[in-house]
Amino acid sequence: MSMSSAAAAAVNPSVPAAGDRSQRAQIVLVLLCIALVVTAAFGASSGASDASALAVLKDWLLPGTGADAVLSERDRIIIYDIRLPRVAMGIMVGAALAVSGAVMQGLFRNPLADPGIVGVSAGASLGAVSVIVLGTTVLAPVTALLGIYALPLAAFVGSLAVTLILYKVATRRGQTSIATMLLAGIALGAMATALTGLLIFVADDRQLRDLTFWSLGSLAGATWTKVFAAGSMVVVALATTPFFARGLNALALGEASAAHLGVPVQRLKHGAILVVSAATGASVAVSGGIAFVGIIVPHLLRLLIGPDNRYLLPCATLLGACLLLLADALSRTIVAPAELPIGIITAAAGGPFFLWILLRKRGVLDL
Amino acid sequence: MIEATDVGVSIGSKRIVEGVAFRALPGQVTAIVGPNGSGKTTFLKALAGDLPYSGRLTFEGREVARMRPNEAAGVRAVLPQSTQLAFPFTVREIVRLGLMGGRSGVLAGEAERLPERALAKVDLAGFGGRLYQELSGGEQQRVQLARVLCQVWAPVLEGRPRYLFLDEPVSSLDIKHQLVIMDIARDYARRGGGVVAILHDLNLTAMYADHIAVMHRGRVAAAGEPRDVLSDGLIEEVFDCRLRVGALPASGMPFVLPQSVAL
Repeated sequence: MSMSSAAAAAVNPSVPAAGDRSQRAQIVLVLLCIALVVTAAFGASSGASDASALAVLKDWLLPGTGADAVLSERDRIIIYDIRLPRVAMGIMVGAALAVSGAVMQGLFRNPLADPGIVGVSAGASLGAVSVIVLGTTVLAPVTALLGIYALPLAAFVGSLAVTLILYKVATRRGQTSIATMLLAGIALGAMATALTGLLIFVADDRQLRDLTFWSLGSLAGATWTKVFAAGSMVVVALATTPFFARGLNALALGEASAAHLGVPVQRLKHGAILVVSAATGASVAVSGGIAFVGIIVPHLLRLLIGPDNRYLLPCATLLGACLLLLADALSRTIVAPAELPIGIITAAAGGPFFLWILLRKRGVLDL
Repeated sequence: MIEATDVGVSIGSKRIVEGVAFRALPGQVTAIVGPNGSGKTTFLKALAGDLPYSGRLTFEGREVARMRPNEAAGVRAVLPQSTQLAFPFTVREIVRLGLMGGRSGVLAGEAERLPERALAKVDLAGFGGRLYQELSGGEQQRVQLARVLCQVWAPVLEGRPRYLFLDEPVSSLDIKHQLVIMDIARDYARRGGGVVAILHDLNLTAMYADHIAVMHRGRVAAAGEPRDVLSDGLIEEVFDCRLRVGALPASGMPFVLPQSVAL
């Protein structure tokens, strides 16, 4: 029976074999590319001001021609210095959150692993808050040395510390205990949050204002400086993911089986931990706590194209960016002219979604 | 050839395997038998490169501990006892993982169709589109075998024999599929490859193995051809069970042996 279908497929190689979802994944990947361009354009053109993104685009492509040649300086500033950095930051943060979720789930072999849930984001927050509060006193030499990179690097160090401890605690002889991972994540998150609270306690009024808005999660206040500081870390992290997509697929079989297939498992795990920490650290540093993107995006994509990381990781990059841009647009318009922190929107949508996954897969926790 | 000399393996502070001498030749099915907890799986893990060991353990002359994962993956594939997945992979996606090293030993154009051939071989033709998680334990076991076969499809590559390491390959299978899987193992050996399999069924062992190593309390209690090794005395000593080799049950008691399969 299969011989005949295999023979038929051999005659027509464009017909994928049963269970081969790579063609579907490629289509989804292309559609997501288009969706990202559309949402980015939407993000750049919508806002409280009537500045026209189209006019700016025309001016950029055909400088000094046509009726739109006299572009007001105000519009230029609104588009170039307010909306575009915000769109760039949304893409970067959304991509970083979604990919770090997907990689972490691959590493821990569980769809519930997410930097926000297992305390990694709390570790990143501790690093970031340390720089905000102590940057002018105790950590002054560090901030002087690292400049704009101090905040994202401190967040990276915080998330790396939590991820490393988590992996050491939850993994014994290549087997990861999900219950231990989640519980250890709660404990580590609580410890990081306690230290963060202590720092907030000693913060002065100006620092407190910064901290409050930051901790709710927001893309407001995006500047090109922040985009470049955190963006370089995100780009490096995302650029490495294609190299371990296949390794993560093999890791789904367990560490021993992945090694038997020729995967250098230790190197893969170290790489995955670095990527998760860098991406989480960078996004937390610039946007505070934006929850659940790392759970929702990979889960939706697995339903759509399957868990193959060769497609899951690039698709998560794109869908994460799209969803965060949409959430940001919503945060700017839902209570206009005021602005809701985006973290509230992702948490309000993500919490029920997480519960839904739990209900569908009640066996996953095996507590 | 695989050769172990005075091999010891510890897990934590506990010595599981001690002073093991072992040999498996290409062209043969080598069975490791023994009671639960006798160190069979632990020894196989050392052989697969999962656990550190003391003594000498060589694979075609190369010390196993010095082989890199990538190098070992080209000369042997390992079937674990069972594999649980947390993500909804299709059967084909799992079997295809066997191709990732690119050393199946088939022509470049044939590799893409190898998962279907491997599935047909383990009697799962047409299962490619099913979700792995929704299969029964025995079906999952055969999917994993198909993956393992893809990894070292050609029993001999570039003049060197390759090996299948199978940890209880038939433990969750019905009798028909036990025979299907053991036939695959024997066929692999007949075509020049080597097979090392942990087995619990002594009848299947007697029927398919060219060579047996009997493990008991972390050591090899006996090794050789089945007809020489399987004796009343050895079985009583190793399995702590008084059984008689070759004895028929009392008349009227039905019994079914795999050896009676119609050829």
